[in-house]
Amino acid sequence: MAVAAARKAAPARKDQPKKEVSAQPASFTRDQDEHAYREMLLIRRFEEKAGQMYGMGLIGGFCHLYIGQEAVVVGMQMATKEGDQVITGYRDHGHMLVTGMDPKGIMAELTGRRGGFSRGKGGSMHMFSKEKHFYGGHGIVAAQVPLGTGLAFANRYRENGNVSLAYFGDGAANQGQVYESFNMAELWRLPVVYIIENNKYAMGTSVTRASAQTDFSRRGLSFNIPGEQVDGMDVRAVKAAGDRAIGHAHSGKGPYILEMQTYRYRGHSMSDPAKYRSKEEVQKMREERDPIEQVRHRLMEQWKMSEADLKKIDSAVRDQINEAADFAANDPEPDASELYTDIVR
Amino acid sequence: MSTQPPEAAASARELTYAEAIREGLEQAMEADSRVFLFGEDVGVYGGAFGVSGDLVHRFGAERVIDTPISELGMAGAAVGAAITGMRPVLEIQFSDFITLAMEQIVNQAAKIRFMFGGKATVPMVVRLPGGSGTGAAAQHSQSLEAWFAHVPGLKVVQPSTPHDAKGMLLAAIDDPNPVLIFEHKLLYKTKGPVPEEAYRVPIGKAAVRRAGEDVTIVASSIMAIKAAAAAERLAAEGVSAEVIDLRSIRPIDLETIAASVRKTHRLLIVYEGVKTMGVGAEIAAMIAESDAFDYLDAPILRLGGADAPLPYNPVLEKAAVPQEDDIVAAALRLARGEA
Repeated sequence: MAVAAARKAAPARKDQPKKEVSAQPASFTRDQDEHAYREMLLIRRFEEKAGQMYGMGLIGGFCHLYIGQEAVVVGMQMATKEGDQVITGYRDHGHMLVTGMDPKGIMAELTGRRGGFSRGKGGSMHMFSKEKHFYGGHGIVAAQVPLGTGLAFANRYRENGNVSLAYFGDGAANQGQVYESFNMAELWRLPVVYIIENNKYAMGTSVTRASAQTDFSRRGLSFNIPGEQVDGMDVRAVKAAGDRAIGHAHSGKGPYILEMQTYRYRGHSMSDPAKYRSKEEVQKMREERDPIEQVRHRLMEQWKMSEADLKKIDSAVRDQINEAADFAANDPEPDASELYTDIVR
Repeated sequence: MSTQPPEAAASARELTYAEAIREGLEQAMEADSRVFLFGEDVGVYGGAFGVSGDLVHRFGAERVIDTPISELGMAGAAVGAAITGMRPVLEIQFSDFITLAMEQIVNQAAKIRFMFGGKATVPMVVRLPGGSGTGAAAQHSQSLEAWFAHVPGLKVVQPSTPHDAKGMLLAAIDDPNPVLIFEHKLLYKTKGPVPEEAYRVPIGKAAVRRAGEDVTIVASSIMAIKAAAAAERLAAEGVSAEVIDLRSIRPIDLETIAASVRKTHRLLIVYEGVKTMGVGAEIAAMIAESDAFDYLDAPILRLGGADAPLPYNPVLEKAAVPQEDDIVAAALRLARGEA
């Protein structure tokens, strides 16, 4: 076979992609709003419970909570189809929950128990579920970006029509491996969506103190990767942007960058002294932009749901989380022999 | 004891080390569509050392993929493909450049199976042309295998013959774990018998290349070839040397080494990597901790690379790594009780 004939790559793109601006978010149906509410609430209650259990000493090591950022993964997951993959860094509980991974197995991994997804060997940062198309859970900042690019490479190789969603933060966006990945992804037109969760702080360093270009949607411009900034606190905006990005990747046009403008309410991890921002800043976000409150408001005002209707959802979610917490607190510790399983001997 | 694997002895056909690897790649790609090649200039150019050759014409640019010069990114992409069940074979143009991909190899490839509780595996092969002797100086001549042998979760092999180069490559491609194959650049043009069929040489088993009574010489990669030549000369001096080709340094075949030490009572370890904190230290310590220690009649000796970057000048370069003369001299000192 001639080399030239075997190459499927399209001719080089001449037009510079213009930075796209998010359109007004498409409105949700009642079902979509209710679904988004339930999913975001599940994440928030899970994280609140994990924070409590950490305080009680049931969870150790690292525990990075996702509270405040829920709309990002929920909206994106609503834009996926079965088979699309998710990969992310260490702030991963929300990403796992939206793929449908069992909260019991996630919480039991946080407590390091036998019934945890990684049988207690990974902890909060490291879980994996091929069945749910969740590819981890990675602790080295930005390492998931080439991995996610490799998932997309495999999708294209197999021509299976799946798209890989590679999530990373504003901090990770300054790592070199991100740009090696961008180059390969555009060069080979890989079906990958890079989702930069800009929560304004890389641990304690604000984006303005760490990034020469703080418009992360432009980070792919020199590779001709289109990007857009998205209101990551509005699940409808996220879903609409996710539809565009996944559509682009799925149609063979290559990668797409979504900068999700979001906010983490809690510390970077459980040991965060929170000296780098004011309480007022956090409070203002919570009061004015909260992703769950936005949907809750719609459910009541637009869809005329009652407090009692919402309570029903709330208590079902609480039951699910309590069940997970009970399981995680009481599941046995792994056997000592686990130190030498799942490893080359 | 046989000094050559029986299947090799039975085969009359000879290939170079590079041809043997290429044949292995070709057979693996024919047998399994999940196998693909990934690396800088592995396609149209045919590989910096000509190993992949014309494979791009046989399998197309979709499976023999020229990557940008992005070691970290391509290693990560290969790991990403591997966790979906693909079988990437990555070529790092010079093994020195693996330093740029350490993060993905050490933190991701090596850890994923364990840290996800066995939910994922990384069936990935990394081929690494390494070693000195080509005048390529400090940044294109290193032997870095010991770094990776220090990392649980990886397998690290160093085939020294065309036969093992093909057989260990095919075993590595089958393996569910990440396997790093360090190929010595000076071996690519060496010839040896290679069976035509797709055979496997198990990873983790050393080979006794020559049976002997007086001293055990354990050597890896090109040093196993030099040790075999040294053993010929030692025989002329009346010293019977047993030569063990390590082939794999992780896992390491302690049993074959210990059995030989129990027989010869003397141990010389030869490797090209920097001597300090290297493979030889590990083998010496393993023997010291084993029952074979009681059989030793002399101190364990190591010959390894100098504690200096590899120099360009050919005289200096030779002086920086063990040579056949050094092996003969060290073995004689051991055998004559002068060590």
